[in-house]
Amino acid sequence: MNLSNYLVLASVLFSIGAMAVLLRRNAIIVFMGVELMLNAANLAFVTFARMHGDLSGQVMAFFVMVVAAAEVVIGLAIILAIFRTRQSASVDDVNLLKS
Amino acid sequence: MTALHLASPGLAAAAGTLAETGRTSAGEALLFWCLAPIMVLAALGLVFARRAVYAAMSVVVVMVSLAILYVAQEAPFLGVVQVIVYTGAVMMLFLFVLMLVGVDASDSLVETIKGQRWIGWLFGLGLAGVLVGVVLTASGIAPQGLDAANADTNPVGLARIIFGDYVFALEVVGVLLITAAVGALVFTHRERLTRKVGQKERADARVAAGTSLVPLPAPGVYARSNAMDVPALDAQGRPIDASVSRVLRVRGQERSVDEVAADNGAGDAARYLDAPDTGPGTTGGVGSTPPQRSITGEETVQ
Amino acid sequence: MTSVLPALVMSGSQVEGVAAAVPATGVLSLAWLLVALPLVGAAVLLLAGRRADGWGHWFGVAASGSAFVVGAVLMVATLGAPAQERVADLHLFEWISAGAFTLDAGLRIDPLSLTFVMLVTFVGTLIHVYSVAYMEHDTSRRRFFAYLNLFVAAMLLLVLADSYVLLFVGWEGVGLASYLLIGFWNHDLPNAVAAKKAFVANRVGDVGLLVAIMILFAAFGATDFETVFGLASGANEGLLTAAGLMLLLAACGKSAQFPLQAWLGDAMAGPTPVSALIHAATMVTAGVYLVVRSAPVYEGAPNALLVVAIVGAITLIFGAVVGCAKDDIKKTLAASTMSQIGYMMLAAGLGPIGYAFAIFHLLTHGFFKAGMFLGAGSVMHGMHNEVDMRRYGALRRYMKITWITFGLGWLAILGVPPFSGFWSKDKIIESAFAADGGTGWQPWVFGTVALVGAGITAFYMSRLFFMTFHGSSRWPGHRVSETETVDEPVQDPHESPALMIWPMVVLAAGSVALGGVLAIGNAFEHWLEPVTGHVEHHDPVLPIPLIITLTLVLVIAGAFLAWRQYAASPVAVVPPRGSVLTRAARRDLYQDEVNEGLLMRPGQYLTRSLVYGDRQVVDGSVTGLARVVAGSGELARRWQTGYVRSYAATMVIGVVLLAAVVLAFRI
Repeated sequence: MNLSNYLVLASVLFSIGAMAVLLRRNAIIVFMGVELMLNAANLAFVTFARMHGDLSGQVMAFFVMVVAAAEVVIGLAIILAIFRTRQSASVDDVNLLKS
Repeated sequence: MTALHLASPGLAAAAGTLAETGRTSAGEALLFWCLAPIMVLAALGLVFARRAVYAAMSVVVVMVSLAILYVAQEAPFLGVVQVIVYTGAVMMLFLFVLMLVGVDASDSLVETIKGQRWIGWLFGLGLAGVLVGVVLTASGIAPQGLDAANADTNPVGLARIIFGDYVFALEVVGVLLITAAVGALVFTHRERLTRKVGQKERADARVAAGTSLVPLPAPGVYARSNAMDVPALDAQGRPIDASVSRVLRVRGQERSVDEVAADNGAGDAARYLDAPDTGPGTTGGVGSTPPQRSITGEETVQ
Repeated sequence: MTSVLPALVMSGSQVEGVAAAVPATGVLSLAWLLVALPLVGAAVLLLAGRRADGWGHWFGVAASGSAFVVGAVLMVATLGAPAQERVADLHLFEWISAGAFTLDAGLRIDPLSLTFVMLVTFVGTLIHVYSVAYMEHDTSRRRFFAYLNLFVAAMLLLVLADSYVLLFVGWEGVGLASYLLIGFWNHDLPNAVAAKKAFVANRVGDVGLLVAIMILFAAFGATDFETVFGLASGANEGLLTAAGLMLLLAACGKSAQFPLQAWLGDAMAGPTPVSALIHAATMVTAGVYLVVRSAPVYEGAPNALLVVAIVGAITLIFGAVVGCAKDDIKKTLAASTMSQIGYMMLAAGLGPIGYAFAIFHLLTHGFFKAGMFLGAGSVMHGMHNEVDMRRYGALRRYMKITWITFGLGWLAILGVPPFSGFWSKDKIIESAFAADGGTGWQPWVFGTVALVGAGITAFYMSRLFFMTFHGSSRWPGHRVSETETVDEPVQDPHESPALMIWPMVVLAAGSVALGGVLAIGNAFEHWLEPVTGHVEHHDPVLPIPLIITLTLVLVIAGAFLAWRQYAASPVAVVPPRGSVLTRAARRDLYQDEVNEGLLMRPGQYLTRSLVYGDRQVVDGSVTGLARVVAGSGELARRWQTGYVRSYAATMVIGVVLLAAVVLAFRI
């Protein structure tokens, strides 16, 4: 099997994550879409590391994981705070950017 | 660590062929072709699942599969971290938040923003196409394999790079994590604006409101069914709605006593349940025994 | 020098005896006080505010009177000097210094300017005195006197200036003062409109003066009289003609000559003393002064001079015809002024033979016209500001002194010997018959016009006089007839206070005697010779006794006609419809309509189309640009839905497009 299959899989997962972000309104699911995109990118990193015989790709994936963890903490805290004030987890209800 | 040591030589042997042939071992190909469809389907669940919990569970599937793929791709350390951090921490966090936010209201898939749906589909698929096109430009590269890099085991190789080239970045990431933790505390912290409500105040409020002073009744516990979704019965034999969890009721997932009785094959149960207001005297119950009890299978005990 | 001198002598052969200017010394150096005194008076009255309400009017009289005293002193000093040294220049200060061009502010004291100084300050002072009583009940009498002083100061600056530029300052000052005074009661819209009309008509003339100054400056590089007149004798005729015509335009504006005469009738909106001042002393005479002062320019431009004479002749008849139809006593007098100034312009247009008579008639006219205006003011004072002559009648019984003084002025303007008007007007008629050296068509045309004008003048002035002071009384309170009654406030005609009477008496005395006194031995003519030059008179085409006889016959005929129609027979209170000519004359021979149709409406259309173009093209491009920006902003705004997912969508779109482009060019 060619290693490119991993890359194609990563691309597909990334696109599905993007679609989830675009199509879902529940903030938590949108957030999970973001996580899926990050994971897809990690898969690509790992595959490239293997292609090039260089562990730097894996190190990068490691950092992505750490930063994602921090991001999840903050993101979920924000979602919670918004839910408390608005009683809604829909991203469409948070449209203060308009007007 | 021993597990990693054991795993590495086996995979390294497979990678040896990778560097020579440019192709993976057949076993790895089999693994990939088994996992890849599962992962794509699970990922699609994120797009289509009506309930957030289902979506979260499908993401967990994707992430565990990814961990397996990492291990297969000579990245055992990342595979383990993936399981621990993502499935173990991040996704659990998601589930916690889902429970806090409330899992009752299922997400409507009806689109409200004009054009968003077809833009999402069109450009989501377009993105897939473009990305595939981009990554396939890398297909010409001859795979090197990680034998040399993983010579001192994969975690050691990673550690050399992380604590060598990237030590400063690691420190910054550490600060970032601490900041994130503090930030989450700050975000979720609620300033107390009113006096703290104690037990006495709660009791007084209940008396004033005229609602039940005692705790809500537990769900129905019957001889053949003690599920959470069946209401308990009151003294007149009528089902108490409040005894079923609010979440289940909102979702419409509770079952009526009737259904449970049907499950139990008690054909005459409907007779009592259809006219719950008529009272025990008219229902033809035996003695002082509430007819409802007989439905739930105590009959058989008697 | 030797080559220039013969040329000067050659060109100046017709005009001999023009004196060169000498620096002013001794008492003449006080000439600046003439302008300064009334100017200070105006400044004090305007700046002192209400504090000066109690004494301001007398302060104004004092300022004007002291200017008269200074003028009299200068007059005596000049009379004491030999004729060739009577032209003096008083250098005041260096005014404008721009590169090679320097212009000094200076005053020119010569017989011509002194004549005007005496007229302006003497008549002006009398009018000041008169106004003290006339404006007694006006709350802003102080302001009125400030304007009067400003008027006198501006006029004195005009006549004393030694360069066209300084003259222009006085010229504009006169225009400003007249505007302020005509619109003095500007709380009534018609008065304000009349003031604006006078101002605008004057602006047209001012443009002419400006252009004339520019032509002269371009040609001679100087604007002071000394240089310009010195160089004018050898200059190109076309150039001088252009300058002369422009000067004539200026004169027409200021002196209410055809075709810029329309403002004069409306200028009656001002208080009557203002009318007297404008007509007799300060304003309308400025045009005649300008033409006579610019005599050297006209000397080289006979065509321009002919145009001056034609304009004068037209205005003469025009004013006389209008005067015959007007029922408003002040407007009749205004038309009369127009006509009389026409005489003066005609005389000035006749060239050197007429200059002296133009100024002579101006002087005598200043007296009797001022006297008659003050008399008209006195009548209005006694008749509750009624100006319709058809509501007067038989006033001689109630205002004897006004009747007598007015009557003397009337006889003077008619040209009945030996009153003032006879001596000046008859000379003009004689000169008109001697126009163009007494050959060709000019003497016949101008002479006949002047002759007929005298007859018409006699008719309309007699009409005014008889309608006002004779005939039956037609004011309310007297039964007009058995059937006709007028339900208006009962009139109670009464004589005016002494302060108004005495100026009229003095002016009446001048109307009687001034002309005869100054005509003895052609004294006035000789007095002006240092300025106008001595010229041999040609013989008129008709014998002089015949001209005098003809004039007197026409005057008597006109007066008799008026007596028969307006004194011997009853006068209708409501004006009859009249003939076509009468109706036209009542409307100033449709001059306003002509101006409106010829100038005002096309001007309005022009400005309107300009405004339209400005709005549509200039503003349109600006607002159009703004609209495009706003529209594109409106379009861009639709993208800003505020939904996070929309922004995410745009990001995805961008990524896809970018990646697609990269892919397309990499592969």
